[in-house]
Amino acid sequence: MVPLQAYLTLAAFIFSCGLYGALARRNAIAMLMAVELMLNAVNINLVAFWRYGPNREDLAGQTFAIFVIAVAAAEVAVGLALVIAIYRSRKTVYLDEIDLLQG
Amino acid sequence: MPELPVEIPIPTPHQAVFIMVAVATGVASLLVVTNRNLFYSALCLVGALFGVAGVYVLLEAEFLAITQVLVYVGAIATLITFAIMLTRGIMFGVTSPNNRYMFAVMAMALLVFLLVAGVVDRVPWAVAEDLTLSGDGKSMIVDLGWEFVTTYALPLELIGLLLLIALVGAVMLARDDE
Amino acid sequence: MAEWYQVLMTALVGAGVPEWIATAIALLVGVTAIGLVAPLIALILVWLLRKVISRIQDRIGPNRVGRFGLLQTIADIVKLLSKEGINPSRADFMAYNLAPILSVFGVLLLFAVVPVTRGLIGVDINVGVLYIVALGSIGIMAALMAGWGSNNKYALLSGFRVVAQLLSYEIPLVLSMLAVVLYAGTMRFGELAEQQGNFLGLGWYVFLMPGAALIFFVCALAESEQTPFDLLEAESELIAGFHIEYSGMRFAMFFLAQFLGGFVFAWVGAAMFLGGWQGPGVDLPGIGGFLAAGYMMIKTFAIYLLMIWVRGTFPRLRVDQMMSFCWKILVPLTVGLISWQMVVQVLDLPTPVIAVLVLVGNLLVMGIGLYAVGRAIRQEGFRTKRAFTPDSLIGTMQPVAE
Repeated sequence: MVPLQAYLTLAAFIFSCGLYGALARRNAIAMLMAVELMLNAVNINLVAFWRYGPNREDLAGQTFAIFVIAVAAAEVAVGLALVIAIYRSRKTVYLDEIDLLQG
Repeated sequence: MPELPVEIPIPTPHQAVFIMVAVATGVASLLVVTNRNLFYSALCLVGALFGVAGVYVLLEAEFLAITQVLVYVGAIATLITFAIMLTRGIMFGVTSPNNRYMFAVMAMALLVFLLVAGVVDRVPWAVAEDLTLSGDGKSMIVDLGWEFVTTYALPLELIGLLLLIALVGAVMLARDDE
Repeated sequence: MAEWYQVLMTALVGAGVPEWIATAIALLVGVTAIGLVAPLIALILVWLLRKVISRIQDRIGPNRVGRFGLLQTIADIVKLLSKEGINPSRADFMAYNLAPILSVFGVLLLFAVVPVTRGLIGVDINVGVLYIVALGSIGIMAALMAGWGSNNKYALLSGFRVVAQLLSYEIPLVLSMLAVVLYAGTMRFGELAEQQGNFLGLGWYVFLMPGAALIFFVCALAESEQTPFDLLEAESELIAGFHIEYSGMRFAMFFLAQFLGGFVFAWVGAAMFLGGWQGPGVDLPGIGGFLAAGYMMIKTFAIYLLMIWVRGTFPRLRVDQMMSFCWKILVPLTVGLISWQMVVQVLDLPTPVIAVLVLVGNLLVMGIGLYAVGRAIRQEGFRTKRAFTPDSLIGTMQPVAE
C-alpha cells in the first residue's frame, strides 16, 4: 500500500506548481490553467483523506471533491468568457496591460 | 558477499504504478506552468488532469476518476483550448511570458512546497488500521447518490443554481453586441 | 474483473507461473485481443459500407479484388501505407503528429468495456456507461489538435465544428443513456444485459423506451460524425475537415478511428437497448455461449447497417440546423423524458404500472420529437434567411451578398 504521505506530497507539489503559475504568468488563460491545477491538488487531498481516514462509510471527502469539480467548471466558463470579452475590446490577454483604472 | 547497509525496498505493483502516475502528473503540471507556448501548456494540462484521474483510480474512487475525465478533460480543457485559439496568441514562439515577479514567486512556491512536504511527513495522521474497502464499488456509487439527495441536498441545489448563473453570465459576457 | 480474467489467472497460476507474471500475461492477452480484433472489424466495416452504399445508389461497388471485392480494403491499406507521409512546413509538430495517435487510442479504449457474452467483457467496471461518454472526449481533443496543428483554415474551422457538435450532442446522449441507467439501477454493462433477459431473452429496453433509444441513435450518429451530421468534413464546404493535411498512415489512423467510433456506438446501443447478448436459447449448455456472442454481433451489425442506411439516404444538415436540432429539440425532450421517468419511479407503484407509464412517456416524447422535426423541415423550405453572419468563425462559408 502506498503511504498517505506520498499522496499528500504529490498534491503539495501540484499545488505549488499551480501557485507559481497563477502568480507568475502574464497571460490570463495560463493563470486560469494554474488555478485548475491548484483545485486538482486540493481534490487529491480530499480523496486521499477519505480513503485513509478511519471512517470510510462517510463519503464526505468524495462528495466535496465533486462539488469542487462543479464549481471549477463554473469558474472556467465565466473566466474564459471574461477573457474573451476583454480580448475583444482591448486586444490583449496580458493581465498587466489591462490597466484602464490606473488612469 | 557483503551485507548491504540498508535494505532497498522493492515496490509492490501498486506502488510501482503509483510512482509512475505521480511522476507523470508532477512533470506534466510543472510543464503547464513553465512552458512558454500556451498551446503546449494546455496539452500538458490535459496530461496532468489525466494523471489526477489515475490517482483517483489508485485511491479506488472510480466514479470520481470518470467524472474527472468527463468534466475536466472533456469540457474544461477543451474550453481552454478553444479560448486559446479564439484569442489568437499566434501558434509559434512565446505566447505565455512571465511577469517581473517570476523569481520571487518561484522562491515562494518552492518554500510553500518544502514547508507543506515537511509538515506532511511529521504529522501523525490518524490513518485507519485496516485499509480494505467494505462492499463493492457499486454500493459506494449508490451511497454517493444517496448522500447527494439527503445530506447534501441543499448544496446540490445551490451548485445547480451556480452553474445556471455561470452559464447565463458566460453567454452574456461573451456574446457579440451587434 | 471479468470472468475471462479469472479463468486465465487460475489456469496460469495452476500451471506454476508466479502471480505477477500471470497478471502481466493476462492483461497483455486482453490488450492484444482488443488491439487485433478492432482493426479486423474495421476491415469488414469498410467493405460493408462500400457495398451497401453502392447498392443504395444502384451501383455494384468494389468487385475486382478478391471474391465480391472482399480484399479491396486490404489493397486500399497497402496503397495508403505506401503513400508519402507529408509534414506541412508550418504545422505544429507536436499537435500534428499526436492527434491521429490520440484519436485511435481514444476509440480503442472504448472497446475495453463493451460486452461480448456473459463473462467476456474486457473489464466490467461499475461506471461502464459513464466511461463510454467520458472517454469519447479524447476524440474531441484529437480533432481540435489536428485542426489547430495543421495550420490550415479549413482544418481549423472543422476543428471548431467538431467541438461545437460533439460537446452539444453529448448532453442528450448522456441523458438518453441515463434513462436506461435509472430504470436498471446500474451502470455496469454486464448487469444491464442480465436485466434484459425476461420473456425468453427478449425483454429489451428498446420496447420499453423507444424514445430514449431513438434519441440515443441520433446522438450516436452525431457523436461518430456520420451522415446527416458529417458537416465536420463536408467536402463542399470544408474540403475534408480536420484531416485535410494528413496523408498515408496518419490519415489511415483517422479513418480507422472514425469507423470504429461508429461501430462502438452501435455496440453500446445494442448492449443497452437491444438486450446485449440476450436472446432465445442463451442459457442452453454448450452452444449457449456461442449463441450469445452471435446475438451480440448480429445486433451490433444490425444497428451499424441502420447507420449506413441513414448515410445513404439522408442529406447533410447545415451547421445552424445541427445546433438548433440539438438545443431546441433533443435537449428539452430528453430532460422532459428523464424528469417524467424520475417522478414515475419515485412513486410507489407496482412494476408493470411503472413500465407502462415509462412507455407512455417515451411514446409521447417520440411523437413530439417527430412532429417538431417535421415542422422544422416544412419551415426550412420557405426560409431564405442566411444562417450566420459571415464573419462568424463557426458559420457557413456562403458568399456575402453586398
